[in-house]
Amino acid sequence: MNQRTIQVDALESEAIYIFREVVAQFEKPVLLFSGGKDSITLVRLAQKAFYPAKIPFPLMHIDTGHNFPETIEFRDRLAKELGVELIVRDVQDNIDSGRVKEETGRYASRNMLQTETLLDAIEEFGFDACIGGARRDEEKARAKERIFSVRDDFGQWDEKNQRPEVFDMLNGRIDLGQNVRVFPISNWTELDVWSYIEQEKIEIPSIYFAHKRKIFVRDGMIWSADDEVVYRDEEEVVEERMVRFRTVGDMSCTAAVLSDAVDISKVVEEIRDSSISERGARIDDKRSEAAMEKRKQQGYF
Amino acid sequence: MKVLKIATAGSVDDGKSTLIGRILYDTKSLTDDKLEAIEEKSRQRGFDYLDFSLATDGLVAEREQGITIDVAHIYFSTPSKSFIIADTPGHIEYTRNMVTGASTAQASIVLIDARNGVIEQTYRHFFINNLLRIKDVVIAINKMDLVDFSEEKYNTIKNEIEYLASKSEYKGQNLTFIPMSALQGDNVVHKSENTPWYKGETLMHHLEKLEPEDINDTSQTRFPVQTVIRPKTEEYHDFRGYAGKIYGGDLEIGDEVAVLPSQTKSRIKSINFFDKEYARVKRGSSVTITLEDNVNVSRGDMLVKVDEQPTIAKQLDATICWMDKEPLKASQKYYIKHGVNDAQAKITQLSSLIKTDFSGIEENPSELVLNQIGDIQLKLSKPLAFDAYKNNKSNGSFILINPKTNNTVGVGFIK
Repeated sequence: MNQRTIQVDALESEAIYIFREVVAQFEKPVLLFSGGKDSITLVRLAQKAFYPAKIPFPLMHIDTGHNFPETIEFRDRLAKELGVELIVRDVQDNIDSGRVKEETGRYASRNMLQTETLLDAIEEFGFDACIGGARRDEEKARAKERIFSVRDDFGQWDEKNQRPEVFDMLNGRIDLGQNVRVFPISNWTELDVWSYIEQEKIEIPSIYFAHKRKIFVRDGMIWSADDEVVYRDEEEVVEERMVRFRTVGDMSCTAAVLSDAVDISKVVEEIRDSSISERGARIDDKRSEAAMEKRKQQGYF
Repeated sequence: MKVLKIATAGSVDDGKSTLIGRILYDTKSLTDDKLEAIEEKSRQRGFDYLDFSLATDGLVAEREQGITIDVAHIYFSTPSKSFIIADTPGHIEYTRNMVTGASTAQASIVLIDARNGVIEQTYRHFFINNLLRIKDVVIAINKMDLVDFSEEKYNTIKNEIEYLASKSEYKGQNLTFIPMSALQGDNVVHKSENTPWYKGETLMHHLEKLEPEDINDTSQTRFPVQTVIRPKTEEYHDFRGYAGKIYGGDLEIGDEVAVLPSQTKSRIKSINFFDKEYARVKRGSSVTITLEDNVNVSRGDMLVKVDEQPTIAKQLDATICWMDKEPLKASQKYYIKHGVNDAQAKITQLSSLIKTDFSGIEENPSELVLNQIGDIQLKLSKPLAFDAYKNNKSNGSFILINPKTNNTVGVGFIK
């Protein structure tokens, strides 16, 4: 018999506790999966929470159609390995049917359009809890978010009237039509996530590591020139550099950073020494000081 | 890395957000892009100095009014440890958010404006810190630059707080007094030359020295079952695991346990975490446990060591902090959430309103309104297994939920 003692790390223990509360308190939870490092970390935590049973809820990806191909390939493979149902809903469908209008021009992004597709999917499947990988350290409106965050039929976040969350008691009682957004890694920092990926040897999409890519520079930010998706003026010069991505959102709003970090230990080192915040490379947050809060009020994740 | 959770408290304009901004700035935790944003916004608004509160006031309404409405969680690290600061609102009407921010904190910083001294809000914040039994409390006497760094002012405030502490029921508290100017950085991270009479440490030095620990003191082991894991696969055909987080103490294979409230006895057969098994589990860990016997265990039940039983009862006495606009009245019914266990609860008695200025109690009040604290008695729809809050924070606290609105309306501390 083994003689080992287990002390689960506080952040990991908290996340597992939250996952179990979701399954106990809700009838139809879903994990919102973007293929990014945060949602991949969530998947590992969900596995740990219910092992040896399978993850007892599906994964859902709201696909802007502008994702990095590496991410999509990774997403499909992971779902298959886990034997978990993967639901994909496409923003393109709403664009085609004319329900939402696509932005054009220099800073055009489909990021905002995800909201409508997400709300439709919640209604279609009757999800009452949507688990996401948002973290409070990402952005200052996120810093105000509860772990169980109640949304109404329109997905709206009533930020001035949030339920108090005391100790680790999570109140998941909702009315019909409401749903809860759940954030199990609320208290993790970017560095915590990377360190966890390193410690657990979790596989992540290759674009997180430094690679050669055709890029162009605009407003001091580095954009991928590999794809049609990112708008580029003719005078913007394309060059090839070693870069990696710190977040893997929609290609049209995710900038790269120059990097030589080709493996996970170098990435952790790089994050530790970084002087730019993670969302500093997300143009969608830079539109105005209140960009994130406004999107959240409208039901954005 | 270990994480130290800290809550801030203070009245409006005492400079909490500024203090946190200052800590982030002086510990070089603000990234270049965030710092640039603060510089630009401060310039736009015509301020003479950097407005660090812009780093944390994340809501539009907060920046418009220049106040903090809701708790923001701020994360930063020094080489030795990680910190989470809950930046809580100072306005009286947001006291409930302060309780929210402080409930899981190991340490608390109470800010006082040196010009105003101890005011009603200070009493209230100090009272809540005591009610929550927060171990390390720093009294940050701020805006010392506006009182010429007067030692006399500092001592007056210190004496007043020490007097309050002497009247308080909770005696386990470590009090530390630090004179500072968050705006100018005196004694926050760097030692001030303006306070030669102050021989103590800077705020960050003090916080660096605190050893992060579970807010639950070591006590008896409590294992509330969150959910039952039954894989129903060929490989794990008979697996029946009880998933939960362990509080208060440890558990070991072979320990004789009682399932509460039924009192059925069994022994720990295995302790599982992901794909590995262990002989022992330490408190604070979320694990899965199996038992020797095929006993009936479901969500809300609690496993304890047979010789470490909590109180099992269908009624309880508690101090409650009311958090809803609709007042609490005797004879009203609510849902109670005690850890992961749910029941219905009826207020059978509202025996007192506790004055947070330490001036005593008002007996048999007709109601408790938002942010008031009082003693109540509850009748429960089923027996709960609970401890006194002073013995076990997690098993000695509960929330009340309004069945009409589903809102969390109060937090209780069991006597």
